[in-house]
Amino acid sequence: MSLNPNAPRPKMEARELTLRYGTKAAIQKVSLAILDRRVTALIGPSGCGKSTFLRALNRMNDLIPGANHTGTILLDDMDIHDRSVDVVDLRRRVGMVFQKSNPFPKSIFENVAYGLRVGGMKDKAALEQRVEKSLRGAALWDEVKDRLHESALGLSGGQQQRLCIARAMAVEPQVLLMDEPASALDPIATAKIEELIHELKATYTIAIVTHNMQQAARVSDRTAFFYMGELVECGATEQIFTNPREKRTEDYVTGKFG
Amino acid sequence: MTPGTRRAVGFALTSLTGLAAFIIIAMLAIILFNVVENGAGGVTWTFLSQPPSDGMMGGGIFPAIFGTAALTLLMTVAVMPVGVLTAVYLHEYAPPHSLFARIVRVAVVNLAGVPSIVFGLFGLGFFILFVGQGMDRALGHEEMYWAQPGILWASLTLAVLTLPVVIVSTEEALRAVPMDHRTASLALGATQSQTLGRVVLPGALPGILTGAVLAISRGAGEVAPILFTGAAYFLPDLPSHLNSQFMHLGYHTYVMATQSPDVEATRPLLYSTVLVLLLLTFALNLVAVIIRTRTRRKAAGAH
Repeated sequence: MSLNPNAPRPKMEARELTLRYGTKAAIQKVSLAILDRRVTALIGPSGCGKSTFLRALNRMNDLIPGANHTGTILLDDMDIHDRSVDVVDLRRRVGMVFQKSNPFPKSIFENVAYGLRVGGMKDKAALEQRVEKSLRGAALWDEVKDRLHESALGLSGGQQQRLCIARAMAVEPQVLLMDEPASALDPIATAKIEELIHELKATYTIAIVTHNMQQAARVSDRTAFFYMGELVECGATEQIFTNPREKRTEDYVTGKFG
Repeated sequence: MTPGTRRAVGFALTSLTGLAAFIIIAMLAIILFNVVENGAGGVTWTFLSQPPSDGMMGGGIFPAIFGTAALTLLMTVAVMPVGVLTAVYLHEYAPPHSLFARIVRVAVVNLAGVPSIVFGLFGLGFFILFVGQGMDRALGHEEMYWAQPGILWASLTLAVLTLPVVIVSTEEALRAVPMDHRTASLALGATQSQTLGRVVLPGALPGILTGAVLAISRGAGEVAPILFTGAAYFLPDLPSHLNSQFMHLGYHTYVMATQSPDVEATRPLLYSTVLVLLLLTFALNLVAVIIRTRTRRKAAGAH
């Protein structure tokens, strides 16, 4: 990749990031770049800090009482913890899809339009257009176009998760964070989500936490391996899976532990 | 334990708990049966639409029905905003382990344990003598205007009494809104107040309305808090101002049961009044339950 003259620049970058819940460190001195319009997979055993790292990128950890950090996180050279940064604004630029699909108990349309409405968009035609675009982008449009005003809770699990992706895309973020987006889905729904991630990386920078090694290998360009709160290794996905530099990485990706 | 004793213990527990449940139903059934049997005949249109007459041994109870409804309505208008806002503060805004929030919670629990007659005296002392006199002085009323028992003070006293019910059930309802919905909203760039207004409160609405139901049924039946704060013994005129006194079904029942010169003559009226009071409470409950079911269905998004 370094030979490529159009080598992607980092969209987001953590420098020496340490995050604590109270006094207990969840991640220690992690420096990691999330490259522009690439898919970065964060892997590692449970409790290794990968989800904490992901949630730090759009400051969702702010919601947890007692969480505090040292180090910096940059979004396009802007320090996201800088006092001039509005966290609401940050989250519109760095969207998030959660492990458990969590549509609001509202209609399909209102779910996708939610982020736009709270952002102040009122024009009905513009809303409709953006909702359609987002649902198409999440490969859900054909399945729901005739029942946009029915409850989102009537959708299947896989459809709900794609709805959540559409909802996150609707506000047109630059970065999409995905926290095990397919872990609760069956293989067919998972394949659809993975296919979608492939398409999305043309437009979005994606960071995805996954427990599923095959999934990381299939969807990502780069892989970062976390272990006990530290970043052990980060590199091109192929290299991590075939020729890791660290013994711990090799043990994990070959299934010796984890 | 041998299988035999185990079975015996199981049987004994099933019977005991079942019996307890049966007693509840039996009590309710006996009360309802007795009241309906003796009171249904007297509930006529005249009874519902006329004021009492013949020294309360004849006529109807319309002023009392009207007074009860107006009182309960005013109470609801007063208690819901305060109760809901308090619960929202406690559950959504107060920092965790906040000392202030803990004190408020303790106060709410204690408020719920105060005997209702104490609320009556509190209403007299605080609302009428302190607030009312203060208002009269400030507004320059020569005669007592606010410093006397009236429907406003009675409804505010009832509101204080029912405040814990509303706070507790609203907090319960807020707790039932999944954390996921809040995080999803915030992750989409909504502010905390937008999250509250668009996701949390709509999700909690059925539970909040349940709180209103409980507050109304509690408030409509209480007599002690309004004894000194606004209920009138006999008043054929309907309350027309916020400082008017009013008749009340519960108080009217008490008056007829204890103050009647002729017990035999008042008894049928008494039964009918009680029946109307029960029906009114049930009707209020029913309306609120219907609203709640509707909103719950709407909240679920099914049309």
